[in-house]
Amino acid sequence: MDEFVLLMRHMDGSKIASPEQMQAWMKQTMDWIGGIAAQNKFVTGTGLPFDDARVVNSDKVVTNGPFGEIKETIGGYIIVKADSVEEAVEFAKGCPVLQGEGNTVEVRKVAKKDGVH
Amino acid sequence: MEQPELIPHLFRTEFRKIAAVLCKTFGIGHIETAEDIAGDTFLAAIETWSYKGLPENPTAWLYLVAKNKARNYLTRNSIFAEKIFPQLNQRAPEFEETDIDLSEQNITDSQLQMLFAICHPSISTESQVGLALRILCGFGIDEIANAFLSNKETIAKRLSRAKEKLRNEKVNIEFPRETEISKRLEAVMVTLYLLFSEGYYSESRDTILREDLCFEAMRLTHLLIDNERTDQPIVNALLSLMCFHSSRFAARKNENGEIILYDDQDETLWDQELIAKGAYYLRRASQGNTVSKYHIEAGIAYWHTVKTDTKEKWENILQLHNQLLQIEYSPIAALNRTFALSKANGKPAAIAEAEKLNLANNHFYFTLLGELYNGIDNDKAKANLAKALRLAKTNTDRQTIQQKIDSLSSKKD
Repeated sequence: MDEFVLLMRHMDGSKIASPEQMQAWMKQTMDWIGGIAAQNKFVTGTGLPFDDARVVNSDKVVTNGPFGEIKETIGGYIIVKADSVEEAVEFAKGCPVLQGEGNTVEVRKVAKKDGVH
Repeated sequence: MEQPELIPHLFRTEFRKIAAVLCKTFGIGHIETAEDIAGDTFLAAIETWSYKGLPENPTAWLYLVAKNKARNYLTRNSIFAEKIFPQLNQRAPEFEETDIDLSEQNITDSQLQMLFAICHPSISTESQVGLALRILCGFGIDEIANAFLSNKETIAKRLSRAKEKLRNEKVNIEFPRETEISKRLEAVMVTLYLLFSEGYYSESRDTILREDLCFEAMRLTHLLIDNERTDQPIVNALLSLMCFHSSRFAARKNENGEIILYDDQDETLWDQELIAKGAYYLRRASQGNTVSKYHIEAGIAYWHTVKTDTKEKWENILQLHNQLLQIEYSPIAALNRTFALSKANGKPAAIAEAEKLNLANNHFYFTLLGELYNGIDNDKAKANLAKALRLAKTNTDRQTIQQKIDSLSSKKD
């Protein structure tokens, strides 16, 4: 069984959601993760809050927040266990982030520390 | 005659105290001697008291006799050590000239230290539970066998192997160092949790024995809370969980020992005092920053003490299960989570999630599916319950499932 990281990308993280909306998203996210954990396929994961976000550029210039020129931000990630990338993709399809237009979930296999990868 | 009742009572409360103190005094290699001396003390009591009547202070009498027997044992041993061992050209075991201290403080300290010593990684958790029952709870081998649905020989063998292992490992009977407490405490809590579950979920028909196991687990957890160094939020969470669960003791089985399902329980039988205690320890558990599985399970157990079905109740139970499963997966938590999901998000959502669970050998899984399909697709409900019936292992479970099938059939007619 392999591990896959599901990276949740938001198109426009600066949009302010209403507290009710945030509440609903939170519940959906928790239920989504709970559903994966109930199949014993959850490894770890976390949300990435925008507070204290910084971007360090190649010229070492530090900007506040991931916004500005970059439209897309990472809102969080989870790592799941799956027999195949297809199974991991099925988990990703349930991610509530996808309800926002333009948002994506990127599925990437985690390199095993077996000396091959 | 109060004697026949007094002795079993004293045995229950005093055997374990004497045994723990003697283990502590003699060292881990001599658990059996400690048990023997404690046992002999009670034999002497029965013999003497039957003729001479009860002494004024039976407990003090027991302690005095236990001390004398222990001292004789130590003297015999030192003679053996001084006179015989040198001839055998072996190193003598060291016994200091110690007073047997049966003060309340030393009893508590010894019991706590023995608890840590018994919960040693070199022996299986099952053996730890068995030894704790014997040494720290004063249970007889036959009682332990009954609780484990096993026989005396198997249990006796298991315990003696465990004692030998502890002896070989030279486990110290002492309070763990400050830096080790958290880790050692974790092992102790696993054992106490298992001891409690053994009582709560045991198939043994002996109701009193089952409740005893639970109360003993609670008493030992209390021992940890009474000590400043082990009075940690996580331990309070464990005790809270035990209080909430045991509050439903009287309500969860009928007079034939059959399980009464939660929905059908008479909540006037729920023990409000234990529920209040559970809330008290849960409050104490919420100090600090760690959320353990015990915290979450206590939270779930708390919500089950609220009988009225509300959206809030099931939403909370669902979210707690979502968290619990992230910390530690178990099939039963996955099933309970799916049930809570059906209450919070509706049956169709729960069915979709339930079908993804890979628990094909678990009769509870098919019972749950039967429950979820009930009223949505009764044929599927029946098919699932039929599978559950085939997989069920105990009569109680088969009866419960059969009742569900019967009630489904009568609905259709």
